[in-house]
Amino acid sequence: MARAVVTLPAQAKRGEIIEIKTLAQHAMETGFRRTQTGDLIPRDIIRRFTCTYNGTEICRVDLHPAIAANPLIAFNTVATESGTLTFQWVGDNGYSVTEIAPIRVE
Amino acid sequence: MTTRREFLVLAAASVAVPAAVNAQIDPNLAANRKAAFQSALLKLVGDAKVQRGRVKLQLPPLIDNGNSVPLSVAVESPMTDADHVKAIHVLTEKNPLPDVVSVRLSPRAGRASLATRVRLADTQTVTAIAQMSDGSFWSDSAEVVVTLSACLEEGLI
Amino acid sequence: MSLRSGVRPLAVAAACFLFDLAGTAATAAEIPSEQRRSGYELMAPETRAIQDDDATNPGMLWVLDGEALWNRKAGSAGRACADCHGDARASMKGVAARHPAFDPARGRPVNLEQRINACRAERQKAAPLAYESKELLALTAYVARQSRGLPIEPAIDARTRPFLEAGRETFNRRQGQLNLSCALCHDDNWGKHLAGSVIPQAHPTGYPLYRLEWQGLGSLQRRLRNCLTGIRAQVPDFGAAEFVDLELFLMWRARGMKIETPAVRP
Repeated sequence: MARAVVTLPAQAKRGEIIEIKTLAQHAMETGFRRTQTGDLIPRDIIRRFTCTYNGTEICRVDLHPAIAANPLIAFNTVATESGTLTFQWVGDNGYSVTEIAPIRVE
Repeated sequence: MTTRREFLVLAAASVAVPAAVNAQIDPNLAANRKAAFQSALLKLVGDAKVQRGRVKLQLPPLIDNGNSVPLSVAVESPMTDADHVKAIHVLTEKNPLPDVVSVRLSPRAGRASLATRVRLADTQTVTAIAQMSDGSFWSDSAEVVVTLSACLEEGLI
Repeated sequence: MSLRSGVRPLAVAAACFLFDLAGTAATAAEIPSEQRRSGYELMAPETRAIQDDDATNPGMLWVLDGEALWNRKAGSAGRACADCHGDARASMKGVAARHPAFDPARGRPVNLEQRINACRAERQKAAPLAYESKELLALTAYVARQSRGLPIEPAIDARTRPFLEAGRETFNRRQGQLNLSCALCHDDNWGKHLAGSVIPQAHPTGYPLYRLEWQGLGSLQRRLRNCLTGIRAQVPDFGAAEFVDLELFLMWRARGMKIETPAVRP
């Protein structure tokens, strides 16, 4: 079960800057580690995180192996209108997780 | 005659040799990684001058574990259409790869900031570069001390 | 006066000397209760902040998985944990704080993982979950999370006392190629440094916890195995009686301290 968690306020005032925190469960295997017998463990990371707000991209993050396992990505956005925020994580070996959160803006 | 830019690109290319080929520790490790950092920086900013300021990079000075170091970076900016941060990049000079993370922003962000957790291979300087809408680049760096934990699974100590 | 009374003080002194050497002085090296500190307090403020915020605590990823497992039907009995136990927030409150607990059927204390597996086998008619498997860690983390903030209180009575003493003996016994006992570091030298780390008092207040070194969630037994590897001692298998006895002793030693699950530690 690929798991991701997003935390943000359920509602906000129009124009308010809100903080969004996201966590994705992923080992972020760097590709630099070796097994006990010396073989390289292949790279397997989340490469990109995007957040769209009612369809408009508001944040795009390119991740590299230096991002720690179970990545935290916290960022801000302006609460412009009520609607839906869509969060997507895409990575190696076909990894793709989407989470959706509603927001009420008054 | 190779220009400085060409030399740096060549140096970066030599670092790009897969680690599987070089199972031993590279005697030029430090120099190669530093060159890779310079090359990554060059790729980001090109000819532009990088100024110190407006960026605040925060890392714990003495970290509990190099596997997961809390990092936060914020840039002073009104985040308007006329004046905003387009991207923030974080680089290291001692990790196997110089790039850590890049975030692309727009005025929709309201505040130019990112918090995450990074892996740091060694005691080193971490650099954050902010790319502004007017084409200018600003930076901040932070030094961290990375220690080795005790009582590991592989029994390294 | 008589020879016998002259010899006695010497015999007593000799006995004390031998007693100290054996290192089994149960209360001599024990940390006074007002000096007891969770490993949380030894961490950098930034690491503590990771634990404090559910939105940034990676352990919560396992807790949420555990919640899903709690509600999922399993085994040939087709029962979910929720079908018998209802809302874990109510029914599991305090459970982790009381484990390891005596299991009359087994005639000995069992830890939370064993308790969960016993329920799976007996009530759900499902295969036990492997130690350190994602599922067992998730369920254990979810159950233990319901005790967050509650004081640790394993029941010590005539039934559990022998196992507590066995655990105490393990804690105080020198072992391994480095010939160290748990007590030597964690009772006598806590707060000082070993390699780059500060030695904690070793209270299991937050298990299963997210260890930055593992880059994942792990159980107390996994951590104990790391310790034993560190001192080059023989490492018992997961679920060994010796481990559960030691868990009971460690929880007793931490009595009154608050559960922090899912904790974050270096």
